[in-house]
Amino acid sequence: MYDIKALYEAGSVEEAVSLLVEHPEAQIIAGGSDVLVQIREGRRAGVELVSIYGIDALRGICYDEEEAIRIGSLTSFSHIAADPIIQEKFPVLGEAVSLVGGPQIRNIGTIGGNTCNGVTSADSASTLFAWDAVIELTGPDGIRRLPIQEFYIKAGKVDLRPGELQTAILIPKKAYEGYTGRYIKYAMREAMDIANLGCSVNAKLSQDKKTIEDVRIAYGVAGPIPLRAVTAEAAVKGCRTDQKTIDAFGEAVLSDIHPRDSWRASKAFREHIAKVLASRALKESVLRGGGEICE
Amino acid sequence: MSNRYKLIKCTINGKEREVMIDVRASLTDLLRNDFRLTSVKKGCEVGECGACNVLINGECFNSCIYLAVWADGKEILTLEGLSDPDGGISDIQQAFIDEAAVQCGFCTPGAIMSAVEILNEGRELSDEEIRIRMSGHLCRCTGYENILRAVKKTMLKRLGKAEQ
Repeated sequence: MYDIKALYEAGSVEEAVSLLVEHPEAQIIAGGSDVLVQIREGRRAGVELVSIYGIDALRGICYDEEEAIRIGSLTSFSHIAADPIIQEKFPVLGEAVSLVGGPQIRNIGTIGGNTCNGVTSADSASTLFAWDAVIELTGPDGIRRLPIQEFYIKAGKVDLRPGELQTAILIPKKAYEGYTGRYIKYAMREAMDIANLGCSVNAKLSQDKKTIEDVRIAYGVAGPIPLRAVTAEAAVKGCRTDQKTIDAFGEAVLSDIHPRDSWRASKAFREHIAKVLASRALKESVLRGGGEICE
Repeated sequence: MSNRYKLIKCTINGKEREVMIDVRASLTDLLRNDFRLTSVKKGCEVGECGACNVLINGECFNSCIYLAVWADGKEILTLEGLSDPDGGISDIQQAFIDEAAVQCGFCTPGAIMSAVEILNEGRELSDEEIRIRMSGHLCRCTGYENILRAVKKTMLKRLGKAEQ
């Protein structure tokens, strides 16, 4: 038995909103792989919950009318990885979410939960930052959308207002078309582990594949919330796809990141792997885009 | 309070069931306490060890971090559901015995249910894929090699291929 004060089940988004308005103290439970564990630990014991897990309308991936990739917030990690749209246009997200926990966790864990708990180490979050994801929230006043960077406020805190729930994550067409990327998770174990550092890079190459027209990079665990390394992006935008560019990119990330010491890894070690992973992920992004790294 | 209990209908190991449950119950609680399906083990109870793993609509879930109310309308399969009507065991269970993949047995039902999810796909997985798909289980006795061997052996046998 869980120490739950009350459980309200929503069958639709409208019902979820009205339950959340009616019970302002209640917390949202999606797949529960964080919420239930925290109840078990005592951190959320005695909570009132609004379960949105039964809202099937929030599952699945499609293109919206503007050809943005629309990911329903309750889509599980394993369904994201197996989805044909993701595999074709955004395979790096499938790869990233395939590194979350283990197989059973990937069947219950949802991308909405992964982003709403505001944790820096969330395997989906750095990739969503790096691909300019837009968060869709539905509340009593209707729907609002905001860039994922504005959604994260501080560690464990996202811009989810009273009565609101996250209903979708969108990747606009201009954010995915022509880009190829790579996510690298650095952790001690290959399964059931939390990232010491996660690095997601993607690039868009010029027609002749010799110049990096655009590049985006985001980290998890390089700060209290996921973050973009804007100095590094500016440093190599328009540069040739050579080793010098790859190295410069890794060096530049240090002006953007601010990791901390924790029992999982020291600040110095995180800075070191941040450099290495940035270079490595950029190199692979270029190769996946059909380019090559010239000397 | 009226919403402390909920009547749910679900299929458990092929049988349709209707049961009144406490909304605070996990699916592990429901399966063990209401249906005496004790192959579903209470291990870590935080979704890390995989001992409580069951199939829900064909996918693996750690039932300890799955609210029982969510089982409404679902099809649930536990290790008990693998036996034939005479109580005979399935090929994957036999393979676990043959390959000495069982020692204390606590992780075994959960591990077998992950193997069932793999085998139901009806395709050949690489060794690496099997490792990934079985990675949600902790075994503290035998180690994992025998478990992986049992899964691979059964997979190849079902596909009509001889083991290399």
